[in-house]
Amino acid sequence: MLDLWEAAKGTRHLLMGNEAIARGAMEAGVSVAAGYPGTPSSEIIENLARASGERNIYVEWSVNEKVALEVAAAASYSGLRSLAVMKQVGMNVASDFLLHLSQYGTRGGMVLVSCEDPGALSSTNEGESRPYAKMMEFPLVEPGDFQEAKDMTAWAFNLSEEIRNVVMLRSVTRLSHASGNVVLGELPEIRAKADFKHHGSMVDPMEGPIVNLPATLQVLHNRQQERLRAASAVFEKSPFNVYEGPERPELLVITSSACTLYCREAVRLLGAQERAGILKLGTTWPLPPGLMEKHLSRTDRILIVEEVLPFLEDNVLALAAVLSPKIGIKTFHGKLDRSIPMTNELNPDVVISALSRILDIKYQAVPDSYRKKAAEIGPLGAPPRALTFCPGCPHRASFWSIHNALQRDNRKGFVCGDIGCYSLAAGASGFDTLKTLHSMGSGTGLASGFGKLASFGMDRPVLSVCGDSTFFHAVLPALVNAIHNRSDIILLVLDNSGTAMTGFQAHPGLKANAMNQTVPAVDIPEVCRAMGVAVEVRDPFDLEETEKTLLEMMQRRNGVNVLVLRQICALSPEKKGRKRFEVKVNEKVCLGETCGCNRLCTRVFKCPGLIWNKGENTARIDEVICAGCGVCASICPAHAIEKREAAS
Amino acid sequence: MKGSTLLSSDPTNLIITGVGGQGNVLASRMIGEMLSQMGLHVTIGETFGASQRGGSVMSHLRVSSESSFSPQIPKGRAHIVVSLEPAEAVRVLKEYGNPEVRVICNSRPIHPIGVISGEQTYPSMEDLKKWIGSLSSEAWFIDATEAAIRLGNPVLGNIVSVGALAGTKILPLDRASLAAVLERKMSPDKVRVNLTAFDIGVTMIHSQ
Repeated sequence: MLDLWEAAKGTRHLLMGNEAIARGAMEAGVSVAAGYPGTPSSEIIENLARASGERNIYVEWSVNEKVALEVAAAASYSGLRSLAVMKQVGMNVASDFLLHLSQYGTRGGMVLVSCEDPGALSSTNEGESRPYAKMMEFPLVEPGDFQEAKDMTAWAFNLSEEIRNVVMLRSVTRLSHASGNVVLGELPEIRAKADFKHHGSMVDPMEGPIVNLPATLQVLHNRQQERLRAASAVFEKSPFNVYEGPERPELLVITSSACTLYCREAVRLLGAQERAGILKLGTTWPLPPGLMEKHLSRTDRILIVEEVLPFLEDNVLALAAVLSPKIGIKTFHGKLDRSIPMTNELNPDVVISALSRILDIKYQAVPDSYRKKAAEIGPLGAPPRALTFCPGCPHRASFWSIHNALQRDNRKGFVCGDIGCYSLAAGASGFDTLKTLHSMGSGTGLASGFGKLASFGMDRPVLSVCGDSTFFHAVLPALVNAIHNRSDIILLVLDNSGTAMTGFQAHPGLKANAMNQTVPAVDIPEVCRAMGVAVEVRDPFDLEETEKTLLEMMQRRNGVNVLVLRQICALSPEKKGRKRFEVKVNEKVCLGETCGCNRLCTRVFKCPGLIWNKGENTARIDEVICAGCGVCASICPAHAIEKREAAS
Repeated sequence: MKGSTLLSSDPTNLIITGVGGQGNVLASRMIGEMLSQMGLHVTIGETFGASQRGGSVMSHLRVSSESSFSPQIPKGRAHIVVSLEPAEAVRVLKEYGNPEVRVICNSRPIHPIGVISGEQTYPSMEDLKKWIGSLSSEAWFIDATEAAIRLGNPVLGNIVSVGALAGTKILPLDRASLAAVLERKMSPDKVRVNLTAFDIGVTMIHSQ
């Protein structure tokens, strides 16, 4: 990995999109960066945190995205350049503050990066945040490749200072988590000084108090709209809006973001360079009308290519209607006429298929004979790989006990879940335990509601699970709600000592922050006890004790109970690659199909470290995959799985 | 040294595939950096998130003397597939293969959870070899994981496979450029074992 704070101007490096964004922020002299981890956004804050000492940047993993945006805004209000980073769902969390932030405006340059996940490669949704720019009236920019990811980030800070409002930069998984070559720019001298001025008049944008009040609203709102017009004027001449193609193409393709690369590839593979031109827009809200008029006038047929919903398309259509006396009537292709699908991420093939239909060009990637051979192999040639908890994952052990306790209790109890690795417990690897799955913290909010339905005849144990980072992010208010309203629920905190799913980022429960400084850890059991609820802490690898404790809690029915299941993630830096136990199957003891356990270890427990050896009719440990947690030794009824402490 | 003379096709499309935890992403980064420092334009597309959780993991590398390309290779357009797991090679070939594609395949299977539980069956090695052979113009099968276990760490199977790719000479990869990439970030003993793994991979191709 490159040390982004050292690499010199003019040198060329292979950078991940998120690294390019982080470097762009450094080149702009960012002083404060805050975010909450979420794929595909996390590497931006991580890279800035690594550079924090050398570049004098204050970097934090905030408790959630709204607070991250507020922390970044405080820096802007004090005249510093600041960055807030989140994934698409985090924008929804931050949106309440965002409305007010944009209405008043900013001082030091402030950029909000939203990394989105079309196709939900690492999400539970493919939600959009571009409409926030339109709805809350601030500019939106979208880099189309890796170089632009760096350059546009740096430039967005200038734009923000020019118009005095927050600028949103939107990336997607295929940029943020893809890599390409980037030529670096200069890192500025570090000389930022913070000063929050608040002695001017209520509507003084640079020296007044920063308050949003009904009395000043119309002044602020008009000012906000002026700033948007100023951005539009800048966008008219932006080098990030580029047209490539013939002067008068048959078809104008309008696109942005990663789709730019798909469109270029599609035009090239179809050999349509003389027929189709591509207008790549880097500034997608507000659309600059002069620039759009110029390009829309090139031809009568237009295809709009974007992910996911027709945001750009809607805006181009609205502008084209206004411009129609000048540009004439156009035929538009895109999402609305179904040339481009309304769901899922795009790729070169989707664009190829749209272009080949519109331009009537035949395209076949491979000969029919090859396709036939591939089809003959059938789907079982490559058996599907369902996602599963990692070998040695504490969650597998936790859900084993939760599942067994619910079965033993036998009152149709159920578990409400939320976002984390443990979301997988909705499927077979978590024994189909989760019955609801929505947003961060929602399991506990839903449980709070389910727990009040006894008077309507639904008198069943209600459980919710959350991770340690999620506990702070969004579970706390739901937990307070459940306590105060005497909802009968059990909250299970699956504490694996880090924001594990996104790569072990710090959170308030840990003793080190994003910059690896020592900080006070907020203790989850103590917080819960202070709120007056019964709390137990167990090691989920102790299956018997965990199940017993949970069963007791289910029988109490005295309001909220909290069970913290604490065991470090198997992939955490301190644990990875170190086996606590050497685990072996004693093949003389394993009774195989004659045991009566019906292959409990491989058929039900399903740790990837276990293999069923059909020939020998025994279970076996795959020593390459086994992480040495030793939990399977506790589930084998014949005691055929043996563990012994590994030599350190 | 200018790129175009180094590549038989521009862009050259390489897919590295495997199962989460096999070091697939790291291998693609190493190859990318080796080629990038020669002045070539490299684009890598990969998916994280599912990468450690038993899922199929694929990295797409586009190597060009001209510019960045789509981080997703169009269907049927792979020139080379390096597969760290045999069934994954079949999965990738069905979507991205073509009559000219060449394949390097680690022969150690990793059973999907559905196979472990008995709901699915894993194809026989004979079938896998037959299918991979029929969907490629040339295929090398190597025991990368076994060699890596002998070196003391099964995850080095990824570097053995990078060595094998270098051994085919389809891409301009050599020991010195790997050493340069490794030395930037690893301790000398780690560099040594990685280079040994690379050498073993090269030899595996030369001895076939």
